[in-house]
Amino acid sequence: MAEVRKLKYDEADLRTLTVEDLDALEIGAGILGTGGGGNPYQGKLLALQAMKEGYEMKILATDRIEGDALCMSIGGIGAPVVGVERLREGREGLRCLRAMEELIRAPIDAMVCEEIGGANAINPLVTAALGGLPMLDCDGMGRAFPEMQMTTFSIYGHSSTPSVMCDLHGNAVIFSHAVSEVWHERMARACVVAQGGGAMLATAPMQAHYVHQYGIPKSYTKAIALGEAVIRARKAQEDPIAAVCALEGGRRIFNGKISDLKRHFRGGFSVGDIELTGFDDCSRQTAGVAIQNEFLIFRRNGEVEVTVPDLIVLLDVDTGYPITTEMLRYGQRVAVVAIPCHALLRTARALDVVGPAAFGYPEITYSPLPAFVQKAA
Amino acid sequence: MYRVGIDVGGTNTDAVVLDGKTVLAGVKASTTEDVTSGVLEALEKVIAASGIDRARIAAVMIGTTHFTNAVIERRHMDEVAAIRLGLPSGAGLPPMVDWPDDLRDIVGNHGYQIKGGYEFDGRVLSPLDEDAIVRIAGEIRVKGLKAAAVTCVFSGINDAMELRTKEILQQQCPGLPVVMSKDIGRHGLLARESAAIMNSSLLSLADRTVAAFGEALKAAGITCPFYITQNDGTLMAADVVRSFPVLTFASGPTNSMRGAAFLTGIKDAVVVDVGGTTSDVGSLSHGFPRQASTTVDIGGVRTNFRMPDVFSIGLGGGSLVVKGESGMTVGPKSVGYRVRSEAICFGGSTLTATDIAVASNKADVGERALVAGLDKALVEAAMAKIDQMLEACVERSRISSTPVPVIAVGGGSILMPDRIGDLEVIRPENFAVANAVGAAIAQISGETDRVFSLIDGRTRESALAEAEAEAREKAIAAGALAETLEVIEREDMPLAYLPGNATRIHVKVVGEMGAHHG
Repeated sequence: MAEVRKLKYDEADLRTLTVEDLDALEIGAGILGTGGGGNPYQGKLLALQAMKEGYEMKILATDRIEGDALCMSIGGIGAPVVGVERLREGREGLRCLRAMEELIRAPIDAMVCEEIGGANAINPLVTAALGGLPMLDCDGMGRAFPEMQMTTFSIYGHSSTPSVMCDLHGNAVIFSHAVSEVWHERMARACVVAQGGGAMLATAPMQAHYVHQYGIPKSYTKAIALGEAVIRARKAQEDPIAAVCALEGGRRIFNGKISDLKRHFRGGFSVGDIELTGFDDCSRQTAGVAIQNEFLIFRRNGEVEVTVPDLIVLLDVDTGYPITTEMLRYGQRVAVVAIPCHALLRTARALDVVGPAAFGYPEITYSPLPAFVQKAA
Repeated sequence: MYRVGIDVGGTNTDAVVLDGKTVLAGVKASTTEDVTSGVLEALEKVIAASGIDRARIAAVMIGTTHFTNAVIERRHMDEVAAIRLGLPSGAGLPPMVDWPDDLRDIVGNHGYQIKGGYEFDGRVLSPLDEDAIVRIAGEIRVKGLKAAAVTCVFSGINDAMELRTKEILQQQCPGLPVVMSKDIGRHGLLARESAAIMNSSLLSLADRTVAAFGEALKAAGITCPFYITQNDGTLMAADVVRSFPVLTFASGPTNSMRGAAFLTGIKDAVVVDVGGTTSDVGSLSHGFPRQASTTVDIGGVRTNFRMPDVFSIGLGGGSLVVKGESGMTVGPKSVGYRVRSEAICFGGSTLTATDIAVASNKADVGERALVAGLDKALVEAAMAKIDQMLEACVERSRISSTPVPVIAVGGGSILMPDRIGDLEVIRPENFAVANAVGAAIAQISGETDRVFSLIDGRTRESALAEAEAEAREKAIAAGALAETLEVIEREDMPLAYLPGNATRIHVKVVGEMGAHHG
């Protein structure tokens, strides 16, 4: 006998996403991806296919759901460079959801996004749509980070196990317990290599009140607005980069051409350095950006200027479209934009996990990027 | 010795003769349905105009937008089988998933997904489903499909499954052309697959076109080698184009931009090439077309070719001018090469952009008297629309707010105003044949794209140097002058978890064509 599920929210509060919203989200999520998180394009195609089949993607504010509702976060894990070649099967996330419900013997009420930056903004939307669940309007990073313990959910005390990890082959792996978030990440990373470099991972469900307190708020609305701003500026032949800065309190800090590009793999991550030769107002300057899947450190003439967890974003100088690390090419002309991160990422507790030291730069002290207020025109 | 550059556009076939850096003559002829007679006419005209001895022509370089136009106009494309090896990966995203519906229909939407493919580390993703290939071959026969495109997940790391699929298909369907994605594009499945499908769909057009070029040259009594220009402004032997027509996709814009730089001596500019059907706008930076940094859209399809960042709009000399309910529209429909018979100023009955330019005294072609009766308000509204379209695309291509000149080239550039916004418009001598000039000065390239194992003291740097040396050698063997070679593409993609730490390196060098043989 099928149990009738009681909704923990009012359906009138749901915002159903349109095709245009997805187009904007693709761009906005790319910008917040700070070079990493993978290209959202493929996720968008999967979402469009799902829409064609009649599934709906719905967003819900975190304060519009009952506090005890069970929310499960989900994200893709693996190397983006693999993901553009070995495409996902499409229902990995749904298999995670069903396996989790079976594991905890309770239905999930809503989905949560781990990482709004890059492909992981759209992947959980597809899962939510296939599973008939709403997507909470928040995420655990407000950007992209390379590792799972780097979500605010984990940082502020949620244990992400038991978790479920499903690949395109149909394999489902359950991590019943990890003694720390870093252990979980380490085991999942080893597992994803065996699974061929890409999988979906669903973490232990959280209660909605916790998500409301520790999630980075309004991630979807923000990402969609960012994408809309770029599209609108391009249509009006205005500067899309200025539009991005205006929305997020960001600053255009460099205009340069990629004059060298070094990348290698270290422990499964794409690590490297970009060298930029300045042009326009930056001529006769050089800059460097350190990469570990995302853009981590920005140096001007050798001096550190912006560091993780603040957002370092590379945009195509003409179109304003975000450039991910795997799209980087010698000779490319880019604008570097710095955006202040959310306060939840700036506490001592957060900086232990997502500050420069956590990425192997103990010598660099994080100094918060001030929000840049645009003068009214 | 002379070089002849020929550019076959949708509307005009242009030809120039170059003696070193001097343009001896440049002529235009109309592109003809059969291509050959237009090429022949242009050739004879340019030989006559320059007064050269045809025996002293060292090389003929042909640029053609024929294949790009076929995709943009959805013409001359065959129905083909698009076979992807990789299930269960990609099950939710079938071949051509991100194509415009009309283009997908033109190539028949015969997408197949079967088991196969590799993982990033070379393991087999799924064993190749050979029975499925045999079944697909049966469908290809029944449906009468003209070619097949085969794309295997990670074929850049191992091409065995693409090769095996081709073998089975050709056993089952003797003579079936099979395009393997590994020969067309790079890493990134959907874009590579799309390029392979378009390529296979254009094979019979390529065959006819190259044969026609060969016949035209033969008929003109020219026996020197002929080359066709590719995307990056370098040359490929004509026979190679029969197998890889997509590699010519953006050669038209590249040629006209390089021609514009050559003719004006200006290194930084916006170049607008107005043809019969489309206008291509791009930026010259240091004398070279600026390369697109993001994916390039061809006829609405994402591809990952290295191409100049050129923006095309459906506006040309042959564009139809229609007064509709929502105002004036100019293009994208065009009478193309038939402008010289169908435009009103040439005695036809179709109102085109050329008629508007003539009626508003901007151009002097055909018979002005024939367009004298056009409604003044209509002419003004259409001209305003044309200006607005051109200004929008120039603005889009500007690199910065620094004013740079706009170089107007191409036969349709009579549509261009004398200023666009705050920018001055320059029309070089021989502007109408800039693309043929660009073809004539096209360079030779050499390319290396393979995996290097970083063992026995080989470092990333020494491997890059090795790759560059290889590419240089190939370019020199193909006829380039060593001292003119420069690296235009250099990238390495590390492959994790391969024995000995391996990296895939891609280096491309280009240089000037050397002293001519023959």
